[in-house]
Amino acid sequence: MVTGSSSGRPWTFYALAAFFTLFVLFLYGPMSAIFILSFQGPNGGLTFPMNGVSFHWFAALVAQQRSGDFVGSFGRSITLAALVLVITVVISIMAGLAFRYRFRGATAVFYMAIASLIMPGLLLGLGVGLMFQFAHIPPAWFSSALGAQLTWTLPFGLLIMFAVFSRFNRAYEEAARDLGASQWQTLWHVVLPILLPGIIGVALFGFTLSYDEFPRTLIPIGSRNTLPLEIWAMTTDVTSPALYALGTLTTAVSFVVIALALTSIALIQRRRARRERDRADRREGRAAAPTAAAARVGAGSGDA
Amino acid sequence: MRAPQTTPPRLTSAPYLLVAPLALVLIVFFGIPLLLVVVVSFFDLDKFDIIPTFVLTNYSELFGSSLTYALYAKTIKYALMVWAITLVIGFTVSYFLVFHVRTVLWQIALFLLCTVPFWTSNVIRMISWIPFLGRNGLFNQSLMALGLTQRPVEFLLFSDFSVVIAYVHLFSLFMIVPIFNSMARIDRAVIEAAADGGASRFRIITDIVIPLSKTGIALGSIFVIALVMGDFFVVKVMSGGQSASVVAAMSNEIAILQYPPAAANAVCLLVLVTLMVAVIMRVVDVRRELSG
Repeated sequence: MVTGSSSGRPWTFYALAAFFTLFVLFLYGPMSAIFILSFQGPNGGLTFPMNGVSFHWFAALVAQQRSGDFVGSFGRSITLAALVLVITVVISIMAGLAFRYRFRGATAVFYMAIASLIMPGLLLGLGVGLMFQFAHIPPAWFSSALGAQLTWTLPFGLLIMFAVFSRFNRAYEEAARDLGASQWQTLWHVVLPILLPGIIGVALFGFTLSYDEFPRTLIPIGSRNTLPLEIWAMTTDVTSPALYALGTLTTAVSFVVIALALTSIALIQRRRARRERDRADRREGRAAAPTAAAARVGAGSGDA
Repeated sequence: MRAPQTTPPRLTSAPYLLVAPLALVLIVFFGIPLLLVVVVSFFDLDKFDIIPTFVLTNYSELFGSSLTYALYAKTIKYALMVWAITLVIGFTVSYFLVFHVRTVLWQIALFLLCTVPFWTSNVIRMISWIPFLGRNGLFNQSLMALGLTQRPVEFLLFSDFSVVIAYVHLFSLFMIVPIFNSMARIDRAVIEAAADGGASRFRIITDIVIPLSKTGIALGSIFVIALVMGDFFVVKVMSGGQSASVVAAMSNEIAILQYPPAAANAVCLLVLVTLMVAVIMRVVDVRRELSG
């Protein structure tokens, strides 16, 4: 462990590394099985062995409406997830800023968020469904289901904002204000850009948690399903690899979203690291070799 | 958590305006619905219509049935088993990542490797166990190929075993992330000092690492217990309909529009989950650690 010399690993490293590898296999192994099975031949079944390789079941998803309204529910899921993303990001940033102050009711709001997070999803859906029923408002994916999903994404957003703000250095904010920036300018040009990686994290959570959510959405969805609800319906009555094809597609969409979010975070961090390096170089270079430093600054500003 | 810093400029109404949207959404879509569930649990039921009165029959029927106790016992059993397994996994994986992986880049990469499945569909991840554990599944085929068994093992799928496996698969992330988070903040100097003082690896874990990561352990435990207690779909699909949990029974009642008995059941479950969470929060002050 930490005490070990820099060469040679203690035996515990190998034991723990083996445990970790097994855990990763446990996480990804079964998922890879259904990705392979979704390419079953037309006569293939739900289990191995593979009976030929084809895109038959992907085509079946779009062609036959037997398995439900796949295209429509996919569109609704994406739209709903985008709505949830925007609302979650805006409200979480505002709440994160609020919790930097001391204010009456802070503890109550905090505990309400935690309670909302751990409330069994189906029960919350039941409550939201009852509320719309009593108010004589027909439930729909863009009203009742949207609200039910926010009770799940907002607490996550709030917790991430806590983590982000606890690492935020207030000196930047004070410097901006000392230089005459207004509250809005400080927020828009200093605070938010610094917090951007964390905000992308909130967006990633907002989108993917909504896109895959179903226990909370099940009751207050109204008459038109989202994709996870279609999948849920399929698990009980579809017994063909079309189910796996749908699983592969929806997971591919998730992976694209995750990759986009993580790549943009990595790019932001790299650009920051490069700027800091350039700045350090400039400071050192000015004393030692002014011409070389000037050349590098020129190159640096060129690709910035 | 942080040393007191200079406070942002005093603007007395600012925090209230900033927190208002969050509070509003939570009150409308969490507070009021929760209240309605409690209210409806005292309503009466006439065939399929809800009658707004005040009766205790929903509760008396709930507590009068031996099935209720069996369901709660089963649900608590699942929760405790999954909690114990995910705790061991969460602690071991975090410990490996924090104290054995040396470069930050590798640490981030391996941590992300663990968290990516969390951002994909739970239903898909759950059903992916079916072709894996079934009679002709990969697991049985490997066992037979290795000559460990002649005939396929039957107990793997549609049993308590497959239910617990699926829970652990779905929810271990909720244990890893908070434990990793608190372990990563442990000051290395403390551990080096203990090692210099002659503490064994085991003593360092029991006397330093565990006490200092207790917030993460508490948060992870709250998540896992609440998720298992509130689940209905894993137990329905992975037990092949042979087992049930409190919420699975409730979802059957809801499916036939029996809202008042379902609501009474919901209230009991919520009281139980709240008690379990309160016990954990009593041991560890989660809020102070979180919001600083």
